[in-house]
Amino acid sequence: MRHLTDIPDLTAEEIDELISVACDIIERPDRYSQVCLRKKIATLFYEPSTRTRLSFETAMLDLGGSVIGFSSADNSSVAKGESVADTIKTVSCFADIIAIRHPKEGAAYVAAANSSVPVINAGDGGHSHPTQTLTDLLTIKREMGRLGDLTIGCCGDLKFGRTVHSLISAMSRYSGVRFVLISPEELTIPDYVRCDILDKNHIPYKETRDLETSIPDLDILYMTRVQRERFFNEADYVRLKDTYVLTPEKLAGASDNMRVLHPLPRVNEISVSIDSDPRAAYFRQVRNGKFIRMALIMMLLGLTPGF
Amino acid sequence: MIIGNLVNGVVIDHIPAGRAMELYRLLKLDSLQCEIALIKNAASEKHGRKDILKIGQLDGIDFSILGYIDSEITINYIENGVRVRKFHPQLPDTIYDLIKCKNPRCITTTEQELPHVFRLTDPGTRTYRCVYCQTPAGR
Ligand SMILES: [Zn+2]
Repeated sequence: MRHLTDIPDLTAEEIDELISVACDIIERPDRYSQVCLRKKIATLFYEPSTRTRLSFETAMLDLGGSVIGFSSADNSSVAKGESVADTIKTVSCFADIIAIRHPKEGAAYVAAANSSVPVINAGDGGHSHPTQTLTDLLTIKREMGRLGDLTIGCCGDLKFGRTVHSLISAMSRYSGVRFVLISPEELTIPDYVRCDILDKNHIPYKETRDLETSIPDLDILYMTRVQRERFFNEADYVRLKDTYVLTPEKLAGASDNMRVLHPLPRVNEISVSIDSDPRAAYFRQVRNGKFIRMALIMMLLGLTPGF
Repeated sequence: MIIGNLVNGVVIDHIPAGRAMELYRLLKLDSLQCEIALIKNAASEKHGRKDILKIGQLDGIDFSILGYIDSEITINYIENGVRVRKFHPQLPDTIYDLIKCKNPRCITTTEQELPHVFRLTDPGTRTYRCVYCQTPAGR
């Protein structure tokens, strides 16, 4: 039984294959519209995440399948205190594949260990969110035409931002990748990313506090949200949340080929006036998320278009 | 069993001073029927002070957890009053239900029936991580 609880569950070749299938789906969606006929995905969302849930559900619908599940823990058996293990054992009797979102770290691991059908981690607390990372990789590939020889700026909350850690890890295996890590002192990348990923693989990187002077060198600017829930006191949050806001003035220094990515939802770290700039790729990124999830569902179910 | 004159059994030596009781608990020695001696703060040439556990039986004890506690510990098998084997414990690959994850966001904090499982991820730094959330075990 194949599951996806974290990016390391996939080999480099499988990631490349997912990206290439997603690109093919974008080119010829009709070819894939019946692949999951009569298959059901259960989206088990123990905490609301509308964007991610709709992306999974639309992915399954566009493959010709259907959807069951719940969108919050309030009105399900979960509210009566059922364990993740028991819920998964039950749901895997009904569904062909499960996507689980849970506020606790490791919930997807528990789900996978108790499921008789493939489980996809749709985010487990601050831990991992592998389909976001796959979405980011597909977006970089489509926007830049390549995944190597890139200077990638990561800006914002680099300490708690799981999507950034996962992106750095996933991009580190492509040649010629450099990182510019832009964050306040309090939110720099954790040691395990610095030592176990960057230093260990001899990846060049620079840490800086300054977004404006870093922008001209970048091919990709990956913006992240500074999350309120990561702070123990409100004053620290208020002081830091506006530090790294991308404005048209700052973007003016960027190359025409640079692309701005963001896992969304944003608070105010990207000025709305940038949305119409061709360099703003974050809504195209949302669209890519559906296509990579279609490719992933097919891979885990062992299904192909068949003609 | 006479202390210092164990005929058949195991001597766990060079235990960091003061930790023998903890090991007694971790090795579940209270479930054994044999004679057991716990020596605290014995003089040691190497360590100044050390603890020693003497257990009057050879089988039925899983020593793998000792490697997690301290690799300097020695395990001595005694048969007919003679030491037949002396070795340092290996780092166990997996630790079940002995340490708890300290990450307040870990699934093990809300789902009480889950076993607490840690896996050795870096023998060089003796790092164990929670299998659920990958948080390193607090030492
Ligand atoms: Zn944990």
